[in-house]
Amino acid sequence: MLERIIISGFGGQGIMLMGRLLAYAGMLEGKNVAWMPSYGPEMRGGTANCTVLISSKEIGSPIVSHPKILIAMNQPSLDKFEPNVSENGLIILNDSLIEREVNRDDVSVIRIPADDIADKLGNSRAANMVVLGACVKKSKVVKMETIFKALEKTLAGRNQDLINLNKEALKQGAELVED
Amino acid sequence: MKKVFGSPKSLTKVPFTYCPGCHHGIAHRLIAEVLDEFGVREKTVGVCPVGCSVFAYVFFDCDMICAAHGRAPAVATGMKRAKPDSIIFTYQGDGDLASIGTAEIVHTANRGENITVIFINNAIYGMTGGQMAPTTLIGQVTQTSPYGRDPKTMGYPIKVAEMLSTLKGVAYISRVALSKPAYILKAKKAIRKAFQSQIEGKGFSLVEILSTCPTNWGLSPIEANKWLEENMIPYYPLGEFKTPEEVS
Amino acid sequence: MGEKMLMKGNEAIGEAAIRAGCRFYFGYPITPQSELTAYMAKKLLKMKDAAFVQAESEIAAISMVYGAAATGARAMTSSSGPGISLKQEGISYLACAELPCVIVNIQRGGPGLGSIQPGQADYFQATKGGGHGDYHLIVLAPSSVQELVDLTMDAFDLADKYTNPAMILGDGLIGQMMEAVEFKERKKIDLPDKEGWILTGCKGREKKYIVPFNLDPYEMEKINLKIQEKYKKIIEKEIRYEAINLDNADLIVVAYGTVARIVKTVIDNAKKEGINIGLIRPITLFPFPEKIIAETSEKINKVLVVEMSYGQMLEDVKLAANGKAEINFYGRAGGVVPTQFEILTEIKKYLT
Repeated sequence: MLERIIISGFGGQGIMLMGRLLAYAGMLEGKNVAWMPSYGPEMRGGTANCTVLISSKEIGSPIVSHPKILIAMNQPSLDKFEPNVSENGLIILNDSLIEREVNRDDVSVIRIPADDIADKLGNSRAANMVVLGACVKKSKVVKMETIFKALEKTLAGRNQDLINLNKEALKQGAELVED
Repeated sequence: MKKVFGSPKSLTKVPFTYCPGCHHGIAHRLIAEVLDEFGVREKTVGVCPVGCSVFAYVFFDCDMICAAHGRAPAVATGMKRAKPDSIIFTYQGDGDLASIGTAEIVHTANRGENITVIFINNAIYGMTGGQMAPTTLIGQVTQTSPYGRDPKTMGYPIKVAEMLSTLKGVAYISRVALSKPAYILKAKKAIRKAFQSQIEGKGFSLVEILSTCPTNWGLSPIEANKWLEENMIPYYPLGEFKTPEEVS
Repeated sequence: MGEKMLMKGNEAIGEAAIRAGCRFYFGYPITPQSELTAYMAKKLLKMKDAAFVQAESEIAAISMVYGAAATGARAMTSSSGPGISLKQEGISYLACAELPCVIVNIQRGGPGLGSIQPGQADYFQATKGGGHGDYHLIVLAPSSVQELVDLTMDAFDLADKYTNPAMILGDGLIGQMMEAVEFKERKKIDLPDKEGWILTGCKGREKKYIVPFNLDPYEMEKINLKIQEKYKKIIEKEIRYEAINLDNADLIVVAYGTVARIVKTVIDNAKKEGINIGLIRPITLFPFPEKIIAETSEKINKVLVVEMSYGQMLEDVKLAANGKAEINFYGRAGGVVPTQFEILTEIKKYLT
């Protein structure tokens, strides 16, 4: 298996962390993983995106031209990457910030009102975890427990309330999609 | 019979190959005497520059390393950081320190690296055959200022001691000359203070030594000493510009 | 032995260097390697008998490495293209003085200020000397984060073994990428004693000096001959490469670093179309794996060199093949990474 994921959004939406958690979880499950950020001036505001590869074999090219999964956290991200998603792929989008419909009819689409849910949880910055929760449940690229573990490892030493909030956000996102 | 004068242990027995009347020999000897007096010869590494004194490694009887042109303070930084207990000095000319190595000397001083810099200012490039140095005086004729140094196109002579003494990281800076015995005695004291400052861990120390270059100045050794006193000292005043602050 | 960690390439180099005993780092920030400089600051500033200096310039940084290396310490600097150009002065001095150290170049697109995206156009500079005079660095070209770790550790050993600067020639992609890494326990290897040449003061012995010059040309020639002898030994003993699928290949690709990874994906995809591609991936760029390239290219006859440059390693492949095989080339540069699709399309051109 080779999972190819692109995660994209505004700088500050926690895009890089989503990717790192997926990669970390993949590693914990014994898979080969690679995480590639977009880097350079666009890091400082503007759009940010990262690529995650999870594979049962050695990972060759870390560059993903045609992702199987696209997570679009804002409209420019959908505009940029929608045409590249591979046939029968999956697009998970942040419904709170994206109004338009997806043009493709050969991919599955899940719309998650991520910012709204995060706001209700009391921290709008948890929107990324809501979407990630939905993605993990739907795609099964890794297990949800492993994402929790990855979260604890990655945020080790930080406030436990923050970890709990993120876990709750992941769970609420997962509840929005069916198995 | 009591021995009253001899060669310092910190100098090898190799006779100096510098030109007649050049002050490098005196400067070398003073440093060697100070290393002997502090008993630090065996833990000293000297960094020689590119220029006439590239051969300093032959004359000092302590460990020596040759740096790229102007980089002696950076090399000294690397050595001192790796071996903080050793005594590190650089020996640099005016082209090396005040032209190609300006960035290195300024930042090494500014970091307060605990090293000692001996800066030989003879207002000219020696080894390459008498070209203009950053310290060449206004109107001074050199190979590359054949009509005299014109500040409009060639800038002004850099006063290194004054400039570096504005930096907080600097512990000790003085300017001395070697053109007569009284000056030599003062120069020795300054070099002592500079090394003492390093031994006591007070930070960056530098002694600017006004020196002659009879060969490239086109003067006899005696005329050269006179020229130095009449022309260089008025522009480059002697004295201490910074002394270590007392530990409060 | 160690547990697996998810690390960015640049940070993994730093951790590997520290585990290899490097306690002295001198550098200047430049994208895409700045995380390495920051990692060394974070770690070394908290360690005993260690130093991190953010140098005023790349020129000063390499001279600080020269000074620290002269005391026998394991020292490192890192940069990317424009900064590596500035370091060439000091690198030439280190090579002449035969001082060991590790220099990391996380390549970006050039020339000039270039771009900050990955590149491989510093190959000539890395493998042919780079500065003035006849000299070589030991050049290692990792293609994964794990290999960055392993080769960084090897680089310190090789540098000490041959008293020669070693270079890690990576690129922005593996520098920025995160992969799982393991810091394996390493076998102790016997390295030559440094006592003979280090400068730490002449207590109990004659004075020593390190002077990378001699104004007597015959003496300077002797210095040259000595280091040339050393390079012969390095060529004899230290060549490393990875060879994949060389038997019955329709075409052999020669690529290193990031590009070689992409070619591995090409190999898998080509297989599905019934095309058999082989890969020779030089791991050491100096010494260059000439023999395997000569033998394989003569046997297979069709060779494609792929680089993120306009053909630098290509010249070494041609020299190795020595006219006995058809050597073709595909390259993208300036920060553009060739895709697997482009490479496969290019391969098919030569298989009709």
